[in-house]
Amino acid sequence: MIQRLLPLALFVGLAVLLFVGVRMNSGKDTSAIPSPLIGKPAPALALPVLPMPETRLAPADLGGKAYVLNVWGSWCVSCRIEHPVITELSGSGVLVVGYNYKDPAEDATAWLQKFGNPYALVIQDLDGQAALDWGIYGAPETFVIDAQGIVRYKHIGPLTREIIAADILPALKGAQ
Amino acid sequence: MLPELGQILLLAALLLSLLLGTLPLWGAQRSNNALMSSARPLSYALLAAVVCSYALLTYAFEVHDFSVAYVAKNSNSLLPPLYQASAVWGAHEGSLLLWVMILCAWITAVALKSRALPQTVVARVLSVMGWIAFGFLAFTVFTSNPFERLLPAAIEGHDLNPLLQDPGLIFHPPLLYLGYVGFSVAFAFAIAALIDGRIDAQWIKWARPWTNAAWGFLTLGIALGSFWAYYELGWGGWWFWDPVENASFMPWLVGAALIHSQAVTEKRGSFSSWTLLLAIAAFSLSLLGTFLVRSGVLTSVHAFASDPERGMFILAFLCLVVGSSLTLFAWRTPKEFGKPFHWQSRESLLLINNLLLTAACAMVLLGTLYPLLAEALDMGKISVGPPYFGKLFLVLMAPVVLLIPFGPLSRWQSDSLGNVARVLMPWLVLAALVALVALFKAPQHPIKTALAFFSVFWITLGTLRFVWQRLRQAQSRFTAEMSGMILAHTGVAVFCFGALMAEALSTEKDVAAKPGQSFEIGAYRFLFQGVQELPGPNFVAQRGAIQVFDGERMLTTLYPEKRQYASGGSIMTEADMQGGISRDLYVALGEPLDANGGWALRLHVKPFIRWIWFGALMMALGAFLVMFDKRFKNRRPQ
Repeated sequence: MIQRLLPLALFVGLAVLLFVGVRMNSGKDTSAIPSPLIGKPAPALALPVLPMPETRLAPADLGGKAYVLNVWGSWCVSCRIEHPVITELSGSGVLVVGYNYKDPAEDATAWLQKFGNPYALVIQDLDGQAALDWGIYGAPETFVIDAQGIVRYKHIGPLTREIIAADILPALKGAQ
Repeated sequence: MLPELGQILLLAALLLSLLLGTLPLWGAQRSNNALMSSARPLSYALLAAVVCSYALLTYAFEVHDFSVAYVAKNSNSLLPPLYQASAVWGAHEGSLLLWVMILCAWITAVALKSRALPQTVVARVLSVMGWIAFGFLAFTVFTSNPFERLLPAAIEGHDLNPLLQDPGLIFHPPLLYLGYVGFSVAFAFAIAALIDGRIDAQWIKWARPWTNAAWGFLTLGIALGSFWAYYELGWGGWWFWDPVENASFMPWLVGAALIHSQAVTEKRGSFSSWTLLLAIAAFSLSLLGTFLVRSGVLTSVHAFASDPERGMFILAFLCLVVGSSLTLFAWRTPKEFGKPFHWQSRESLLLINNLLLTAACAMVLLGTLYPLLAEALDMGKISVGPPYFGKLFLVLMAPVVLLIPFGPLSRWQSDSLGNVARVLMPWLVLAALVALVALFKAPQHPIKTALAFFSVFWITLGTLRFVWQRLRQAQSRFTAEMSGMILAHTGVAVFCFGALMAEALSTEKDVAAKPGQSFEIGAYRFLFQGVQELPGPNFVAQRGAIQVFDGERMLTTLYPEKRQYASGGSIMTEADMQGGISRDLYVALGEPLDANGGWALRLHVKPFIRWIWFGALMMALGAFLVMFDKRFKNRRPQ
């Protein structure tokens, strides 16, 4: 009988291990990956501005205002989901800069025309080179940068009203 | 509207599988004919519902219905038509639906082919499979709905992962699933036998071809995956001991053991409870593989979107299925009815084969889960790499290779292994001599090279010795079972040679190349001509051209590419190679180095690497061939 129970006993051990594994994993929230940039100056790289690519804009040119940098692309499904939330945020008087990531200018413009442009201005990173400096994994991602140009906060994934209320607005308040 | 129909069909399938899981099983307990005979119609209806639902999802891909979230995430209007169909199983939700559809196809095949079996057995087997279908359908419907709507609809999809835009993907997952799911037949038979409390050699005989089919498909699926990694990923390797590769390899090892032990149980009646246990283990490991891939517990290149809720669901299902079957096993294992055998006999050889294969599987399982164990015990993050697997595997498989020729030549019940050894001695000596020559001739890694030659000569000559013995005997004839065994064992020889030679004699060079510069590897000279930009259907490619010379003769021009996909902007390396029987020439493009057209290149010469997949193909064909043995022809019960 003991011999017959052996496979079951082994499996119980395995199941416990897997259970622990799943539990550990559920604690691991991927959006909680802290950015090494937090507390450091935002990358100084100047990027072309969307409607007029000849104009380049570096974060320092924003003239000492705190702002929210939102990474998006017309190809990005989740960006569609957070779009109304971004619109609300910029409607409430927050300076929201769009960071158009790996997106041809025509597509990006068409997207903004179709759904509305919530951004005070949009900078373009066509080949994703500058994204390396920012440590951008993909779209959507959102940064809060204070008046001194220091990165205060980063969120990976679509924004929700809850996240704005709980994290973005407090970060901005501290950033003025 | 159509996606909602697919959704409804999926719910109908869930209900049907629940009925299939309960009604015939209850009927078998109560000896109620009407309930038992409901098993077949329910199976057909279940398949129909799932196939229609699957077809509707495929249709959503064809018409670019980006209001379906799954389509929007995994397709794009630029996606070539071929990949629109295969994109259906390109991510978690759709591949799960494919899993369920293949399971339902197996259920229907069992229903159609089981007329010769007693009605209670058929009812129980189909019911057990119905429960499995129910579990996976519930998983699909409640945690991973492929028909979920995206509101508002996306105007453009996110595109299929470029890694998966390759012909290899079209067949890799379906073949793998055919194998995984195929083990559910042997599993269902084992459970039916345990419920009944006795094993009938007749049922084992009936279940054998199914196990062979499943194992053959699994072999093809794994081999194709390995070839795809070699061909597509541009790493130049063919096996990485990645957790997900291991997940498919574990059921393969146990499946190989099961094929052999089923043969013993069918012919001699021995090892019957061991066979039952292996049948449960093979399918349980398939489920474990599904769990590991989809729960995000382990990190891997294959990682599907991980989601703890899904992880919990499969874990609960896994515990339910495996826990209850092992409890049933402990409680009701039937008495052994096998004939006794001497320790020197074919039975003992097959027992050793089984133990070695199972030990190898346990070793892979331990290595795969060790990082998790270490993390759970707070010993820090550990990764277990190829050195562990490679060494242990070699140690465990060496005796298998050594014993392969003994198996077919020894007799059932009792034999003198000394006699068999005497018959094989000349061939052992010959193989050893060839290996000795290889040992001194090899340009590098002499021991691995010698092992390569020894294994291919020893297994092939030993197997041919068996063929010769059959031919010499007056009643010499080869049953399909025997021919399949010969083919598969020779496949092992071919595989061993390819794997060991590629390990031992591969040469590779990473070079910084300017246009016009050439590099030598062994007898081959690679001339780099430069890189051009070329547009593709949904990507832009940087394409290099490299001429390869053998002495003065030009062999070929290779065109490796780096592709930048339009959507998402991900970059993929497409290596180019010229394959051959005795070697592959392989070139992958690295990074651009300067403005003058200089590029980093990786050049490989890989001897005999194709033998790996050819050997696997022979094993799979051997397994399929066995299914056509006359003894497995369906006969009505006497």
